[in-house]
Amino acid sequence: MTLDRRRFLTMSAASITGSILAACDKNPDSAQPLLRLAERGNERIEAGLFRHTAMNRVGAGAPIAGRDFPKYFVSPRMPVWDPAVNGVWRLEVSGAVRRPLSLTLDDLMKLPRVTQKVDHFCVEGWNARATWSGVRVSDIARAAEITNDAQYVDFAGFDKGYHESWDMKSAMHPQTLVAYGMDGYLLTPAHGAPARVHSPVKLGYKNTKYLTRVVFMPARNGGFWSDQGYEWYGGT
Amino acid sequence: MAALVKRNHWVVRLTHWVNVVAVIIMAGSGMRIFNAHPAFARPGETFPLNPWDGRPIPGWLTLGGWLAGARHWHFAGMWLLVANGLLYLGFLFFHGEWRDIVPRRGDARDAVEMIKFYLFVRRDHPRQGKHNALQKTAYFAMPVLGVVLVLSGLAIWKPVTLGFVTALFVNFKWARFVHFVAMALLLLLALVHVFMVLSVDPYSLRAIITGWYDRARSPEARNARPFYHLFGTAPSAPPSEPPRP
Repeated sequence: MTLDRRRFLTMSAASITGSILAACDKNPDSAQPLLRLAERGNERIEAGLFRHTAMNRVGAGAPIAGRDFPKYFVSPRMPVWDPAVNGVWRLEVSGAVRRPLSLTLDDLMKLPRVTQKVDHFCVEGWNARATWSGVRVSDIARAAEITNDAQYVDFAGFDKGYHESWDMKSAMHPQTLVAYGMDGYLLTPAHGAPARVHSPVKLGYKNTKYLTRVVFMPARNGGFWSDQGYEWYGGT
Repeated sequence: MAALVKRNHWVVRLTHWVNVVAVIIMAGSGMRIFNAHPAFARPGETFPLNPWDGRPIPGWLTLGGWLAGARHWHFAGMWLLVANGLLYLGFLFFHGEWRDIVPRRGDARDAVEMIKFYLFVRRDHPRQGKHNALQKTAYFAMPVLGVVLVLSGLAIWKPVTLGFVTALFVNFKWARFVHFVAMALLLLLALVHVFMVLSVDPYSLRAIITGWYDRARSPEARNARPFYHLFGTAPSAPPSEPPRP
């Protein structure tokens, strides 16, 4: 009891001092160690709470965003895969796998297809509904025969080197897809054609568009927005 | 002449000031997060309940600098807020101080009397204990709003993993709206609280710092309204607050 109280007091005193120092300091970096510590702790809690049975449920009658579904990319111009320049688009699945895969869009469409109406949660605070069609990342992992070294997975694309790495548990969620269809049509370049990652279990920025590589890895390797200061976990 | 009583336990004083820091961090960073998409409407929809939908909050009120920075502040500050809130509520429950703020029968009538007094409809300050009925209502509403803020916050932090919490608020959009409105109400109550402390009972500042309160200077003893009878002590009638161990 006394110990708890004392520990609480020490902790609160430390955090208050830290925050006030940071708030008053011209250089807010002095709070960074504390904020990073909190991010680590939160990550562990978020991963601990994560369940494959916790699904995003959108009512059958809920309207989809349709044309209003926001579009974004980080290249100066919308990335479009040009077969004349880049050859046939392929999804390379590699890393900690026994059977590396190189899938054309046709190959991808032959794998078990899932169609789901789900939320897209943007880090900015909005959410938008769409009906996505594609292959579960867990099915791709099974086809590639991932090894025990596959603790993380990196999703990389041809949008100026955009990539984001994920924890395995989130990637293996049944609602995490490599999607090639949206609202009943093939993906358009605005939404990441030919294929993209889409999952309601991660914030939008973790869902790599213009996908070309899925790499299973023993360690995480950050990501486009994670490296700039956004949370690496970015889970919902 | 001073009728000193120990009014606030050290746990109450500590949690009060920690809460000031925590609420500033949470509200400041929360408003910065809000400004990344300062609307409740989903893309392509409208949101008639917010006439300012789409208009951001002035930047000087916000904390964190940019969206990612503010999110780090928010997700670190939330633990300070929750730990401090649990300590406060636990203390209130086990030490009996909840009786000072939980509404009971007669509070509505007493609140009406206080309003009449503040509006000069009634001449004498109504009799009261530690707090008057309006104070009690405000001090009770604050932790209630705190609980709403924590629940709606969980609902928008983990709308899939904790989807059942999100469902309490219908869906993500409405949880975000509730989170925002509860924050605005809490800040409003805090502003009114500071105004009333300074204009009616500045002597209570001592009670929330050292714990000691001079009952001879209570608003009831001074017959004090905002900015009225700010100074001086009781002319005759003894204050009604019972001594506290």
